[in-house]
Amino acid sequence: MPTELTSNLHLLTPEFALTALAFLVFTVDLFLPERSKEWLAGLSVVSLVAVMVVALVMRPAGSVELYGGLIVVDDFGLFFKIFFLGIGVGIVALSWEYARDRLQHRGEFYGLLLFSILGMNLLAMSRELLTAYISLELLSFSLYVMVAYGLREARSNEAGIKYIIIGILSSAIMLYGLSNIYAALGTTYFSGIAAELASPASASPVLWIGVALLVVGLGFKLSAVPFHMWAPDAYEGAPLPVTAYLAIGSKAAAFALTLRLFAEAIVPAVNLWGEWQLVIAVLAAITMLLGNLVALAQRNLKRLMAYSSIGHVGYALAGVAVLGSDFALAAKGVIFYLVVYAVTNLVVFAGITAYYNREGKDDIADLAGLADRQPFTAAAIAIGLFSLAGLPIFAGFTAKFYLFAAVADGGMLWLAGVAIFTSLVSLYYYLQVMRQMYIESPAHDSHDAAAHQAHDEHEDIHQHAAHDEPPVSPLQRPSWLLAGTMGVGLLVVTWLGVYPRPLLGLIEMASAAIVPLG
Amino acid sequence: MANFDQVSLLLLVLVPLAGAVLAMFLPKDRPRDVWQFAIFVAAISFVLSVIVFLRYDYADGGVQFQRAYDWIDDPLNISLHFGLNGIGAPLVLLNGIVLLGAVLISQTITRRSRDFFVLLLALGSGVFGVFIVRDLFFLFFFYELAVLPMYLLIGVWGSSTDFGTFLRTKEYGAMKLMLVLVAGSVLIWIGILALYVASSQAGNPTFNIDTLAQLREGGAFSRTLELWVFPLFAVGFGILAGLWPFHTWSPDGHVAAPTGVSMLHAGVLMKLGAFGIIQVGMILTPTGAEVWMPVLIGLGTVNVIYGAISALSQNDLKYVIGYSSVSHMGYVLMGIATLHPVGLAGAVLQMFSHGIMTALMFAMVGAIYERAHIRDSFILNGLIKRMGVTTFFFAIAGLASLGLPGLSGFIAEFMVFTGAFRTYLPLAVLGVIGAAITAVYILRLLARSFFGEADPQWEHLTDASPVEKAVGGAFVIILIAVGVWPAPLLNVINTGVESALSVF
Repeated sequence: MPTELTSNLHLLTPEFALTALAFLVFTVDLFLPERSKEWLAGLSVVSLVAVMVVALVMRPAGSVELYGGLIVVDDFGLFFKIFFLGIGVGIVALSWEYARDRLQHRGEFYGLLLFSILGMNLLAMSRELLTAYISLELLSFSLYVMVAYGLREARSNEAGIKYIIIGILSSAIMLYGLSNIYAALGTTYFSGIAAELASPASASPVLWIGVALLVVGLGFKLSAVPFHMWAPDAYEGAPLPVTAYLAIGSKAAAFALTLRLFAEAIVPAVNLWGEWQLVIAVLAAITMLLGNLVALAQRNLKRLMAYSSIGHVGYALAGVAVLGSDFALAAKGVIFYLVVYAVTNLVVFAGITAYYNREGKDDIADLAGLADRQPFTAAAIAIGLFSLAGLPIFAGFTAKFYLFAAVADGGMLWLAGVAIFTSLVSLYYYLQVMRQMYIESPAHDSHDAAAHQAHDEHEDIHQHAAHDEPPVSPLQRPSWLLAGTMGVGLLVVTWLGVYPRPLLGLIEMASAAIVPLG
Repeated sequence: MANFDQVSLLLLVLVPLAGAVLAMFLPKDRPRDVWQFAIFVAAISFVLSVIVFLRYDYADGGVQFQRAYDWIDDPLNISLHFGLNGIGAPLVLLNGIVLLGAVLISQTITRRSRDFFVLLLALGSGVFGVFIVRDLFFLFFFYELAVLPMYLLIGVWGSSTDFGTFLRTKEYGAMKLMLVLVAGSVLIWIGILALYVASSQAGNPTFNIDTLAQLREGGAFSRTLELWVFPLFAVGFGILAGLWPFHTWSPDGHVAAPTGVSMLHAGVLMKLGAFGIIQVGMILTPTGAEVWMPVLIGLGTVNVIYGAISALSQNDLKYVIGYSSVSHMGYVLMGIATLHPVGLAGAVLQMFSHGIMTALMFAMVGAIYERAHIRDSFILNGLIKRMGVTTFFFAIAGLASLGLPGLSGFIAEFMVFTGAFRTYLPLAVLGVIGAAITAVYILRLLARSFFGEADPQWEHLTDASPVEKAVGGAFVIILIAVGVWPAPLLNVINTGVESALSVF
């Protein structure tokens, strides 16, 4: 092990800067009067963008290890850093109006967001299990607080408690797994694990338990079935921007860790991997099936998105399962899918937030007639959902095709088949949302509901909407910030669906940095 | 013109798509302006499709106007590869005609008309795309693009049908159609991936149809693979072609859809399915096709008979046409399954002919429904009195559909039967019986609703509007022209059929 712990430390400038800026947000918060706290959102965005620029400027040639190999600065880490910081900007845009109207202590909210992104960035750079664990905890602890941020809402508090308990349980499991791996192999470095695993003599029950518990711990963080049960409650109770952040950010971060861990520690050990491949594949299959099938029964929009995101985790896991067959293709497929999933979900959640900010409801049935009240918001949600369902010309189609082709090419056509089938299932519940927004009329006041019911049926039968227009609802406008987020997001979703080549070039560079040796 | 040939196919896809995007920015409360803009776009597409069809040199045959744009490189090697063959060319023309007709007929859409035309033009672009790409990824891309807008088009602008004891709502029709069609594309997708994996194992990963066909000739696909993959394509695409027993989405969907969408859907979209069976199933997995074709022709015959009998028992005008589409697509499936040059050419001609005739029938029924607000053939009667032109057009379309000589349907069905008689004699006989049943329900409908005693309650009806007359008249002329002089179409179709059958 190299001894120079302080060499090349300047390469961590982006992380140091992000830490300092997070503290700056906390500090400025103390001196700002309540009415001007919105400035903190602006400060956070400026911080995130500045860190992005610094990280890009300081990109080293090749990969450089720091702290004697605990952390590495490479293109893979850089790609995910930019990705996470971008997600951060999106989440701030989603939070601004929501936090102003509905949250207290919004200074700390933005500060915590910055800290959690710091955790995610470190996670993508970790090359050692304990470092990864600590980064993951930094992320998780910030999220525990953010989930429970709706101070006066029972639902939010309940979600926070559930999330903390399950989160800590999973951390404990993971930590126990790490200690078993250390006991069996005597190292927690990814490269060391790979080297030890390469010799068949290393296989022992303790090691198996260790790896299994590590996978279980990761499963909790990814909310893969059967470790998903915290997700729906946490998603439903958390404030809407935090729900978005859970769905997008924490998933992407956990996958960044999974990719590097598998690439550098587990895939090189082919004898071990051969059996684990099937375990991951089965996990992926049940995650897709259960996530999408249970989503069919949901009535609450946030719970629907929770189960839908579980389904999407299943797709990405299917890509992880074939990392051993054709690493380059599978890794590219997974990363491409994660980016597309994040952008698309950002659009959908921006739409849901715009709707929630005006009407304060989050049941699917409440969306009825949204296309008349907020046409742009409805269109954004609809396009986002079409993309999630995997229909062209949107990014979801291209990403799914790419990922499933990778899965099939990796020798698991059956798994690709399950994925394609569950995509069909997902289309049904996405269409239910679409149906509410575009086809149904809004529910009326209770006293004349029956009369309207009869009226509606009459209209259905004779179907001359042109003669018999439903009452026009007043137009509601989303805030310019949310409208802008949706607009930019939609452009990106279409762009990636029609011409993904530039992004795939970047992903190629990122995944090349972690190609397993041998 | 040589330069134009380089980009003509790209334009065919881009014009309606760009039209859809531009239409989003039109003012939303001026339906007439939006309609006129949509006509403008559809007219350009129509002209393009005519030029492309005329420029296709049938003496040369093969795949023409090829142009490839790299899209994703190694290891998926996907390229946006355009190319038109003799089977695609008449269908491109068909889509150009029906799209323009459907846009014209949609004058009556006034509620959220902007969204309507955006979706309709996107659908048109997807249909063009399927007929002219040579890459399985993009074939699937455009295929899905053509299916995607259907849900909203039917759900928002459609109509529900009251059966007295129960209600078939437009939401039901839209959801059923969407789910069943996407279930079909699940099968297609798996089939495409299976072929890709085989090509990848052969050391040349590709989605290109021509490269895959070469790989197959080189022995890259095992017999087992072909035996498994062909049914995926046959059923997957067959669902969209109305293949029995997966046809049930089609009558419900067609009936629930607004007139313009019914025209496009029954007229062109169902042909995508039949085209896919030829273009992907037959060309890429011929060994599987040879083994499975007896099953397909059996199902096709069931389509013909079952569709005709169902049409016989319907009262709703639109349901009659919906089931007659199922029946007529049966002839197409039968023709394809003969694997005989005359039968296959007949199938392609039937696609064209049925596309025009069914679009015409939906347009005329739409005109009647628009005025009478009812489609029950027992309540409507003596329409000829007030709606003479409409009746005349509907009657021509009906006669074409029952195979009256001199109209396009006769030649197409005759060719299908010729092919079938030489290959599967008993089924061909059943098919002819189906044609006889068609005559029964069409003539009965004409007699009951159109030529019967005039009922005073329909005194107020007015005849077809100028736009409806123009569309109907044009379609009638096409039906007669193809019936009298089918050579221009058949010349092109025959080159396509020849190369499609060359792999057997």
